[in-house]
Amino acid sequence: MTLDRARAVDGLRVVDHPRRYDVVVAGGGNAALCAAIAARRAGASVLVLEAADKFYRGGNTRHTRNMRCAHDSATETLTGPYTEDEFWDDLKRVTGGKTDEKLARHMISESKDVLTWIEEQGVRFQPSLGGTLSLGRTNSFFLGGGRAMLNALYRTAERLGVTVCYEAEVVGLDITDGMFLSAVFASGSGLARVRASALVAASGGFESNFDWLKQAWGDIADNFLIRGTANNRGTVLKMLLDAGVQQIGDPTECHAVAIDARAPKYDGGIITRLDCVVFGIVVNKHGARFYDEGEDIWPKRYAIWGRLVAQQPDQIAYIVFDAAMLNMFMPSCYPPIVAGSIGELAQRLGLDPAVLAKTVASFNAAVRPGTFDHTTLDDCRTEGIDPPKTHWARRIEEAPFYAYPVRPGITFTYLGTRVNREARMIMADGRPSANMFAAGEIMAGNVLGQGYAAGVGMTVGSVFGRIAGREAARHARN
Amino acid sequence: MPATELKTPSLAEAARLMTVCNACRYCEGLCAVFPAMEMRRTFTGGDLNYLASLCHACGACYLDCQFSPPHEFNVNVPRVLAQVRGESYAACAWPRVLSGLFAHNGLATAVIAALSVAAFIVGFVAWHDPSALLAAHVGPGAFYRLMPHNAMVAVFGAVFLYGVVASLMGMRAFWRDIGAPAGTLTEPASLWQAVKDAATLRYLDGGGAGCYSADDKPTDQPRRYHHFTFYGFVLCFASTCVATVYHYVLGRAAPYPWYDLPVVIGTLGGIGLVVGPLGLLAAKVRRDPVLADPSSFSMDVAFLVMLFLTGLTGLALLVLRETAGMGLLLALHLGVVLALFLTLPYGKFVHGLYRLLALVRYAREKRALAGGTASD
Repeated sequence: MTLDRARAVDGLRVVDHPRRYDVVVAGGGNAALCAAIAARRAGASVLVLEAADKFYRGGNTRHTRNMRCAHDSATETLTGPYTEDEFWDDLKRVTGGKTDEKLARHMISESKDVLTWIEEQGVRFQPSLGGTLSLGRTNSFFLGGGRAMLNALYRTAERLGVTVCYEAEVVGLDITDGMFLSAVFASGSGLARVRASALVAASGGFESNFDWLKQAWGDIADNFLIRGTANNRGTVLKMLLDAGVQQIGDPTECHAVAIDARAPKYDGGIITRLDCVVFGIVVNKHGARFYDEGEDIWPKRYAIWGRLVAQQPDQIAYIVFDAAMLNMFMPSCYPPIVAGSIGELAQRLGLDPAVLAKTVASFNAAVRPGTFDHTTLDDCRTEGIDPPKTHWARRIEEAPFYAYPVRPGITFTYLGTRVNREARMIMADGRPSANMFAAGEIMAGNVLGQGYAAGVGMTVGSVFGRIAGREAARHARN
Repeated sequence: MPATELKTPSLAEAARLMTVCNACRYCEGLCAVFPAMEMRRTFTGGDLNYLASLCHACGACYLDCQFSPPHEFNVNVPRVLAQVRGESYAACAWPRVLSGLFAHNGLATAVIAALSVAAFIVGFVAWHDPSALLAAHVGPGAFYRLMPHNAMVAVFGAVFLYGVVASLMGMRAFWRDIGAPAGTLTEPASLWQAVKDAATLRYLDGGGAGCYSADDKPTDQPRRYHHFTFYGFVLCFASTCVATVYHYVLGRAAPYPWYDLPVVIGTLGGIGLVVGPLGLLAAKVRRDPVLADPSSFSMDVAFLVMLFLTGLTGLALLVLRETAGMGLLLALHLGVVLALFLTLPYGKFVHGLYRLLALVRYAREKRALAGGTASD
């Protein structure tokens, strides 16, 4: 028996759950529900153990909006075809080749079928609108967003007879020689042990576990914000690794973006993101620039700024821009900090006014004339300063002046359990587990060694969730 | 944001929510509110009143929202926009001195209805032989032995005209408040689009899944019952118009046989007005209170009850018109209908007018946006 020592479970009585299930699913997000539905449809009895309460159910799926699936032709909601090869090329590019090609290609191939399967489970799509047109061909957008998608999956799961327990975090796993026997979970004020023929671990990453983050990042992790659920503490992941499941990925590998520093510690979601780096300059708490704000277009620039800010003192930075740029980007839910002069702005931000004024003045002096176009890598750039701003460089000169404070916001982590194409966990000695499967963020590192492309997290969840559920049911019924 | 311009706490909260929603936009496929919101970055009181009237209160955005309570961002768009709508109805009332009728709508409607019914009974007795009230009357002109046709036309005509004037003045106030250009009202394309969207209740279906009434399972019931109510009302009104033509053009006096046009469409309309409001009342009672604005409950119920009573007394009058109960039933029916028309400009009825205007503006904005994109 492995019990997570961080959670004080000693002294609590463990009662035996009256029923034995074919499949126990740890987690309650997209991957977990796809696994539960697929297993139930294959004839298995299924218990879903979700750590959150009913409102917060679904982990990071609550904050998602779309998934990326290959398709050979346009659909009602997708503007054109997105072939398997094109998907693979995109994945290879964003991960810099740090991916398991066979597994990734298998996922991409299965994603075609998942696009219709997920609709059969009650999920509705919409055409991409407003600010998301650039993804209208490749990504399928959930009508009403990720929580609407989850609500549909839960309704379907419950209609099919899947049992769902809320506030039922899995805190213990009984695993012998790679064979899952039972799980211990929080139940009311105590603990319950449930036996099952197969386990699907779909309980997310560990980004909400600051002790674990600090082991990887050091004390600077204290200044990180977690964009999604507070429930991804990695309890199940840690127990699995301790029980001899092979680890994949590096604990510092994660999706981190710069988000509004005023966001709550957890669960601020999409509305705290800021994608306005290109429209100004970014300075640290000493008022100094530290990276080329015009290096690349979205989404690459979006995904690097979390790490860049993490490397700055106190893990804080300020995006500074002027009135000409105010309406060029999607607003965050917090108003920008505004002032009539750069000096006054510095005071509001708690920076040295003279230093910030000098930084802005030297930046302005270095800006070369050009034609501004934020949709392409334009010719507006600086000369003679370090770091340069290689595109979209325009003088910050039109009052009032604005700033957004930003901190690293962790979206999800990549450290996980190694799996094969059956979503079956691989043990440290290379043998596949007899009856343990993993899906979603807990195994995303198999295909995402680094980097990210919009919607791939949900593809990993739905595709491997469905496979894991199917295979777990097959095992249980044999 | 010029929060100081927002006169009420509901408007300030609505502005906060729209700022949050504008940074998310996951709900943009659900209805017209969110696309209209996306065309703005800051929100005046008029903008918020416009968005509030675009909202059909289907509840989908609440159930779909990752930030709805208990999340600390406390996003509850259906409830806050219902509050804003309620305030906007009162602010647009004409004449202004009657705007207080919105605040105590249930009580006011009940008192007006009771007085109105009583006035008909007293009138029937005072102007005629008291025994005529409780006697059976048959054949053409039976109703007019209790109240002369010209008197009916004079009373209802006057009240109807007043209702039209008061409603038009309210619509004018609303149109000015939301800051829409007058020219939009003469564009056939915008008007036609709005009429279609209103007639089909396009935005009451949560983007396709349905409306959330009792629990987290969407259903199309509220839309169906609203159709019963609205088209029932329209049929009853049409029945009255046809009967008026019969009377003045064809010289045929009511009551008409059951198979005649005014009776047939009036009966169908009456059934709609009984079934529809009952269904909507049931949905209202079952609805998760978190979605509703408690201060508009009385107004909503009063209007539904008045429509229900109009339908019920009309059908009862049809069934029992040849019995001795006809006199009292006629007084009851006419009293209810008169009270309904008197209270129309000061109750839930106005939601239809303002929502239609909001849809006209939305149709215009959407076309302008599409045109703007094309020429970019």
